[in-house]
Amino acid sequence: MTYDERLQNISVLGAAGKMGSGILLLTAVEMADRSLLPENKGKTFVLNAIDVSDEALAGLMNYLRVQVRKIAEKKAVWLREIYADREDLIENYDIIDEYINTVLNIVRPTTAMEAAYRSNIVFEAVNENKDLKVKLFTQIKQHNPKDVWFFTNTSSVPIHLIDDEAQMEGSVIGFHFYNPPAIQRLVELIKTDNTKKEVVDFAYQYAKNLKKIVVPSNDFAGFIGNGHFMRDGLHGIKEAETLASEQKLPLYKTIYLLNKISQEYLIRPMGIFQLMDYVGVDVMKFILNVMDPFVKDEDLHSALLDTMIAQGIKGGQFSSGAQKDGFLKYNGGKPIAVWDSENKTYVDFSTFQDEADKLLGKLPESVVPWKATMRMRNKEEVFSKFFNELKTTDTLGATLALRYGKRSKEIGLKLVADKVANNEEDVNTVMLTGFYHAFGPINNYFD
Amino acid sequence: MTAGYNTVSLGTGRKEFNPRKARPGIEHYIKEAGQGVLTQIGGAQNVDESVIGNFMAGRFNKQGHLDGFIPMIDKGLSMKPAVRVEGACASGGLSLVTGIRQVLAETSEVVLSMGFEVQNTVKAIYGADILALAGWFQKRKKGHAYFFPGQFSDRAGAYYEKYGYEPSRKGMARWYANAIENARLDPTAQEYHNTNPDPYATALKMQPNGKTFVDHLTVLDCSKVSDGASGIAICSEEGLKRIGVDKKDAVEVMGFGHAVRDITTDPTDLTELETIKFAAHQALENAGITIDQLGTVETHDCFSIAGILAVEALGLAAKGKGADYVAAGKTSRNGELPFNTTGGLIGWGHPTGGTGVHQAVTIWQQLTGKAGDAQIKINEDKPYGLTINMGGDDVTVTSIVFKRGE
Repeated sequence: MTYDERLQNISVLGAAGKMGSGILLLTAVEMADRSLLPENKGKTFVLNAIDVSDEALAGLMNYLRVQVRKIAEKKAVWLREIYADREDLIENYDIIDEYINTVLNIVRPTTAMEAAYRSNIVFEAVNENKDLKVKLFTQIKQHNPKDVWFFTNTSSVPIHLIDDEAQMEGSVIGFHFYNPPAIQRLVELIKTDNTKKEVVDFAYQYAKNLKKIVVPSNDFAGFIGNGHFMRDGLHGIKEAETLASEQKLPLYKTIYLLNKISQEYLIRPMGIFQLMDYVGVDVMKFILNVMDPFVKDEDLHSALLDTMIAQGIKGGQFSSGAQKDGFLKYNGGKPIAVWDSENKTYVDFSTFQDEADKLLGKLPESVVPWKATMRMRNKEEVFSKFFNELKTTDTLGATLALRYGKRSKEIGLKLVADKVANNEEDVNTVMLTGFYHAFGPINNYFD
Repeated sequence: MTAGYNTVSLGTGRKEFNPRKARPGIEHYIKEAGQGVLTQIGGAQNVDESVIGNFMAGRFNKQGHLDGFIPMIDKGLSMKPAVRVEGACASGGLSLVTGIRQVLAETSEVVLSMGFEVQNTVKAIYGADILALAGWFQKRKKGHAYFFPGQFSDRAGAYYEKYGYEPSRKGMARWYANAIENARLDPTAQEYHNTNPDPYATALKMQPNGKTFVDHLTVLDCSKVSDGASGIAICSEEGLKRIGVDKKDAVEVMGFGHAVRDITTDPTDLTELETIKFAAHQALENAGITIDQLGTVETHDCFSIAGILAVEALGLAAKGKGADYVAAGKTSRNGELPFNTTGGLIGWGHPTGGTGVHQAVTIWQQLTGKAGDAQIKINEDKPYGLTINMGGDDVTVTSIVFKRGE
């Protein structure tokens, strides 16, 4: 079966979700583009958008219409070539509208799982629950007479477990998009010892056509991205807790401080607690639960996360993409308050910020905001200068930041030592492209 | 002509421009520019009739019947004649020559001449469709997604092939740099806020890329998408007395040219702007002057290559030598013959239907010493100013020779 033949019937499970909708969009566009090639004239391409919620599927179709238009507008030059023989399509308006129709005609929104029984590939983006994944895959495989392949978007479940339990015989591969899939260029590709070569070949071709950066990760729970982020997050929580008891401060204040340290001092796009909110406090706990049994030498658990979830504070995003409140409370996407789990209320930054910031001491003047580093050519020089200055600064802020940077490196090195990542560069690529860090965790800035 | 007025040319580059926020509509621009003229000429009662030039409000703004907006400027314009004229990007120039003809025909003593376009209502990819209507629609299908950049990219490509890529690009980069440097001196210019320390280097470094845009032009070779309006009063001597403006504060129309080429045919020579050549020389001839008597020129640089080809069409440089002429700084504000002293279409902006009138306003400002920071020195032996306004791919051209009144 050629690449295009394989692509002719695809299903996405969890298609209306945060990750599923992005995967669906990219796949629909890829299928449409292939269908428009002269050699594929007359062939039918079908993309089943499967989800449990009719309501969410309706929203998905609206999302697709808007996003496909944006994509079409950017490739109008190519579309004019593709539609050169369509005399009825003259203006960009006509051509872009036609392309949107082409893409949407491929997509079949449905709540019926049976649609996947005729697919060549099933992309899975349901909850991070191994048993659910296994159940769905088993069911589809049983009813699908084809040699169906499964691409799971899991960010933590070891692929070989799914392969074994669902008796996939090498037909499953980890294809982990980063959020949001339509924008983030990173994909972690996880094959097992069993994964068929043709599945891997297809995965690389598909990723290439989607213009993704592929980092292969070995099949250990959490892979590279969550392998780093989860531990990095736990370090943030631990540091906040230690600081609270040492300085006799309420925990919410130290959460605020560690969030600040991990953002401003480590020059990251967001602080660690904001990132945990972005991912979802509940999702984080879920992933930790998946990872924990497979990691013998560490305790990947946080009582604070349990407390938060018990209190109903979960973070995550609204379907509009707006941030839900979690460790922090948001106004227009900006954190303005922090959750006090003791008194079960949010405390405005403004009530304690100045006094808390004083504890950290002054930031060296050579600090640069993360955003300014995006287009910097002499990043290394700038970072060296700042972190060297930090090393000679005797403040609480500098101590916490340096410890954070060191821990981050340690986590990165452990991923290589444990053979989760093939090399240090892969770890750095994941953190640079998947998490938009300004510098990779494995560096010499903190030595 | 006297009492010129330009609104800001709004679009990318202006600090106040935010594509996500609501912006003023055509009513705002027409009103501002119209009232800007009326306050300088003693009010609407002094106007006999009005002409308004616009290219594509029917699609950019879904509005036709534009002469109906003239009385909105001022009640005093109600129950008076008004007409809308259209000749693509030469609509503004048509507004001027229509007014001039009315005065020459002695049917009016004072004509309010205006031009406007509000284009930021659609994204550039759709704006390209709308602007493409300045070409022959039967050629649209085979044209580039960005139709007009595509047309002039073909002209630039032909020029590179004939006369060499490097020298051509140097001329075009200098053209861009001049536009930016001049625009920074005019607060209404779209590139007024441009702070690039070395626009020449930026333009020279940027290479055309057919995969992302067109084959032979970069975005810096192109005029911008603009919202704006301009207005000016066209008066007879009697009219000037009526509005109480001193001749020294007005410019005299010494001659004009107006010609149209068959839109359904391709240019005979891609490296020549034949209609511009014809109309500009007609204007000079009618004015009874020679090219060396010009003190400044406002030419239609919708693309940098159009600026260079206009230099050649005027005969300032031989064919193929226009780029060198520009590269040598001869068209810069301190050069032999300053061109586009408030930035032209690339620097000031190109609200398509308004551009022709904007050019006349700039010449009026320069010749009467009202150009503010953008003022150039007008020498006594070169007292004339020239405008060249082009619609489509060298299809409709108006050209006017001006001199300060005395």
